[in-house]
Amino acid sequence: MIISTSGLTRRFGSITAIDGLTLKVEAGTVGLVGANGAGKSTLIKILLGLLPASSGAASVLGHDVKADGIAIRRRVGYMPEHDCLPPDVTATEFVVHMARMSGLPFSVARERTADTLRHVGLYEERYRAMGGYSTGMKQRVKLAQALVHDPELVLLDEPTNGLDPAGRDEMLELIARIDSEFGISVLVTSHLLGELERVCDSVVLIDGGKLMRHTMTADVTGATGIVALEVDGDNAPLAALLTSRGVAAVAVGRTLEVQVAEEQQFDIVRDAVVELSLGLVRLERRRHHMTELFVPTEGDAHVDAS
Amino acid sequence: MSTPADHREGAHHGGGAVVGDGGAIHDIGYRRYDGERLGPLSIERALFVEGLRGAFGLGRTTKAKIVPFLLLAALLLPTVIITLVRVLTGDLLPVTYAAYLHSTQVLIAIFVASQAPALVSRDLRHRVVSLYFSRPITRTGYVRAKFAAMASATFLLMCAPLVSLFAGALIAELSFREEFPEFLIGIAAAALIALLLAGISLAIASCTPRRGIGVAAIIAVLLVLAVVEQFVDAIGNETGHDALEEWSSVLSPFSLVRSIAHHLLRGDTLSIAAAPSTATGLGYLAAWAGFIALTVGFLVLRYRKVSVS
Repeated sequence: MIISTSGLTRRFGSITAIDGLTLKVEAGTVGLVGANGAGKSTLIKILLGLLPASSGAASVLGHDVKADGIAIRRRVGYMPEHDCLPPDVTATEFVVHMARMSGLPFSVARERTADTLRHVGLYEERYRAMGGYSTGMKQRVKLAQALVHDPELVLLDEPTNGLDPAGRDEMLELIARIDSEFGISVLVTSHLLGELERVCDSVVLIDGGKLMRHTMTADVTGATGIVALEVDGDNAPLAALLTSRGVAAVAVGRTLEVQVAEEQQFDIVRDAVVELSLGLVRLERRRHHMTELFVPTEGDAHVDAS
Repeated sequence: MSTPADHREGAHHGGGAVVGDGGAIHDIGYRRYDGERLGPLSIERALFVEGLRGAFGLGRTTKAKIVPFLLLAALLLPTVIITLVRVLTGDLLPVTYAAYLHSTQVLIAIFVASQAPALVSRDLRHRVVSLYFSRPITRTGYVRAKFAAMASATFLLMCAPLVSLFAGALIAELSFREEFPEFLIGIAAAALIALLLAGISLAIASCTPRRGIGVAAIIAVLLVLAVVEQFVDAIGNETGHDALEEWSSVLSPFSLVRSIAHHLLRGDTLSIAAAPSTATGLGYLAAWAGFIALTVGFLVLRYRKVSVS
């Protein structure tokens, strides 16, 4: 278990940012999803031992956040949501310095900086002052400084914020590798539910500082009984033929949604397509999306489903 | 993953060995680190060294080196001239170490004003503090390292002309026995001034993320203090209020330390007429300690409130 909280509460005056949160997170990649102001950043600050809880307890990597903040911060990396890079130094100089501030000896800091910047995909640019970097490059440096000391857990606060769709995909790919290739557990926050299901083993949804749901991604996005079928021609006769043979098929635009219960029914689908002399364009098993699960049940949770 | 950088590294390490088609033989993937990790005190020391070097522009851009080294040259030049006059004309010139620091105070003030904001405002402005405080360094440790760096840099800057002056005195064959104690008093005064200025300048700089405002504010405070001190001193002199005249130097860091040097260290400051008094000296020392406690206490409280995100 990398993170565990019980009845964790944090109030700021009359506002309750975290409200009786009880959570157990196993090693791997966990997504923390909630709208802006849902309490994500407050939770991260508590987990880093930087903000005392009003009540309740929390531990990270087996260390109590109240008593052992330094021990936690030795073994955890943190990537803030906001900009935190001085513009007048190069990425290499900056990450070396940050590695030393995490306790690495100088020669190790230099070696690991070179490695880490390469892993996050920064090459020639690392010798240039960071003031001229694009948002995508800045996000990579921010990630590198969180990884350079080889932590056991990284806390990534909205790492895809401000990135264009391509940059977003690259960042998500990188995050997936942190756990699978580097062996470092990840807690990643987002206000977008859709993007996290691709990289996370489990997703925690919070709203108003309360835990709404904690779900294993595999359970949610598992296979459904629906197969998407696309042919290069009119699909109405095919739908009729399939239905007459006991396989329910509904046209949704150019796609037929076919209810497949048993393996043999795939043969019926194939034979029907051949009989009508249609070209088979796509035959794909539909997966659930996280958004289907959360949005109808948590209609009042202001989560941008995308 | 084959990238230009990998190719280059591969070629470099491979030393011309046959590498097959790709050439990317050195992508060994992610490496874990289970070696030594230094504790908070060593991290503080690393931050201190970085700050000390940074105050002289070392490890920063070329532009950042101009001001500190220009000031260093400006502080050293008169000592070279003094030495030349002493050696060539035999005129011994009434210059003492403690007095030299007082008369060059504008240069020292400019150094402090230009470097203190570079040490702390920058971290606040670009929110680098959130990266520091999410690491195994405490907020007090951060303040300690920055304070030590600023004080040490200012101390070293002041030591340079004192050493030059002392070496010059020996070349001019002044009495070592007379010069050496005065030199040591000068060094002690430099240390006292450095600590006081570090506290004042960092306290001001930590209030603004804007570097320019920090520079202007520190210069203004130090200059205004010096002017007010002279004003109060003059009033005391004119009206015959000896106490006013005597204690006016509390108002300016440089005069305060000069008074400590005169009353407590019994150094020759060339300017204070009153007979040295240990009691007065201790009073000044208490004021000095009070200012440091005030400014450092302020810094510690200030950084307790700095938000991480």
